Amino acid sequence: MSLKIVFSGFGGQGVLMMGYVLAVAGMKEDKHVTFLPAYGAEVRGGTANCTVVVSDEEIASPIASSPEFVVAMNYPSMIKYQNMVKSGGTMFLNSDLITEEPAREDINVVKVPVNSLAHKMGSDRALNMVMLGAVREKTNMVSEKSISVAIETVLEGKKQQFVEVNQKAVNVGGDFIRSSK
Amino acid sequence: MSGKTLMRGTHVLGEAAIRAGCRAYFGYPITPQNELPEYMASKFAKMDDAVFVQAESEIASINMVIGAAAAGARVMTSSSSPGISLKQEGISYLAAMELPAVIVNMMRGGPGLGNIAPAQGDYFQATRGGGHGDYRVIVLAPAYGQEIADMARQAFDMADHYKTPVMILGDGMMGQMMEPVEFPEPLDLATLPKKQWIVDGSKGRARRTILSLWLDPPKEEELNWRLARKYEVISSEIPDQEMYLTDDAEMVIVAYGTAARIAKGAVHRVRESGMKVGLYRPKTLWPFPEQTLKGLCDHVREFMVFEMSMGQMVEDVRLAVEGQRKVSFYGRPGGVVSTPEEVASILSSAYQANHQKP
Repeated sequence: MSLKIVFSGFGGQGVLMMGYVLAVAGMKEDKHVTFLPAYGAEVRGGTANCTVVVSDEEIASPIASSPEFVVAMNYPSMIKYQNMVKSGGTMFLNSDLITEEPAREDINVVKVPVNSLAHKMGSDRALNMVMLGAVREKTNMVSEKSISVAIETVLEGKKQQFVEVNQKAVNVGGDFIRSSK
Repeated sequence: MSGKTLMRGTHVLGEAAIRAGCRAYFGYPITPQNELPEYMASKFAKMDDAVFVQAESEIASINMVIGAAAAGARVMTSSSSPGISLKQEGISYLAAMELPAVIVNMMRGGPGLGNIAPAQGDYFQATRGGGHGDYRVIVLAPAYGQEIADMARQAFDMADHYKTPVMILGDGMMGQMMEPVEFPEPLDLATLPKKQWIVDGSKGRARRTILSLWLDPPKEEELNWRLARKYEVISSEIPDQEMYLTDDAEMVIVAYGTAARIAKGAVHRVRESGMKVGLYRPKTLWPFPEQTLKGLCDHVREFMVFEMSMGQMVEDVRLAVEGQRKVSFYGRPGGVVSTPEEVASILSSAYQANHQKP
């Protein structure tokens, strides 16, 4: 099994961090993983995206031309990626910033109000981990435990409270999906 | 750092180089490899016995490499396509003076200033010497994060062993992509054989010189013969390749680096529909592993070469099979990266066309 996911949004939303944590979590499960950040003439406040592949087999290409999952943290990202999602795949939308729906009927849409959820838990900046929690709950690409361990690895050397805030945000995202079933 | 770490290719190269004993780095910034000098700078800043210089130009940096190599250091420089062109004069001098050094090229779209996307248009430049004069450079082509780490160690060892510059030829994708990697233990510099030829002050011993100017033609000819003999030894000792599903293959796709990963994905897909295809991936581009490729001619009916260029390695494949087999080519130049699906469709059409022949 090989799953590809694109995380997209604007700079500052923690888009690359989302992908990085997921990739580290996959590595912790001894899966094959690749993380490919968009690089190029990127600018502060511009768009950011990365592609993560988590697979049981060796990964041929780290690029996703038709990913199973796409996360759009803002409206321009939804427009940019809506046509790429694999038929039957899922698009995750930050419904606080995106009010429209993708113009497709063959994909699933999961709306997560990540800005509000992060604000409610008292940490506006943790919106990326809220989304990651929702993605994990819905896709099961990696286990909850692996995400939690991955956050510890990625934030190694940072204050314990940051680790905990991020772990909590992942739970908030997971709870949102569970409660909306 | 124990166990697996998720790191981008450029950082993997930096860490592996330091663990291989690299203690001098000179470079000049260019995308998509800036994270490598960034890594070297941050690590070397905490080491007492290492030197990092961001030089005023690529030409200055390669000349600093010459100096450090002559003084006996394990030294590295890195750049991307246009910057590597600028370093060619120095690389020719390194070869002429038989100095060990590691040069990294994370290729981008070209010619000219091109773009910053991954490409493979520098194959000719890398494998034919690159600069002026009669010389070759060992060229290693990693395709996986782990291989970047392994090849960085090999590159320094080969450079010292053969006293010659070694190039690691990657591309923007290899440099930017993160994959899990495990590093070998750092090398103890004291365990390396002492270099008896370096120029580090001649107090108490006879004077040594390292030259690239031989005005007397027979002397220059002698150097060329010596280099040629060395290249012959290298050609017999280090060619390396990965052969994947080639044992029963009727058609084999030949690709290196990032293109080889895409080709492998294509081979998987085409195999699923029952067609006997395999992948041949050279890990050394010079010397090209021609013997093993030629050996495949006993059962492989046709070869297809896939490159992220308009076709450069395809010439080495044709030389290796010596006209015994048809060699076709598919390429996407300019920084475009094909999908495995795209290459699979090209590969399966070619296979079917070949299969219908009597």
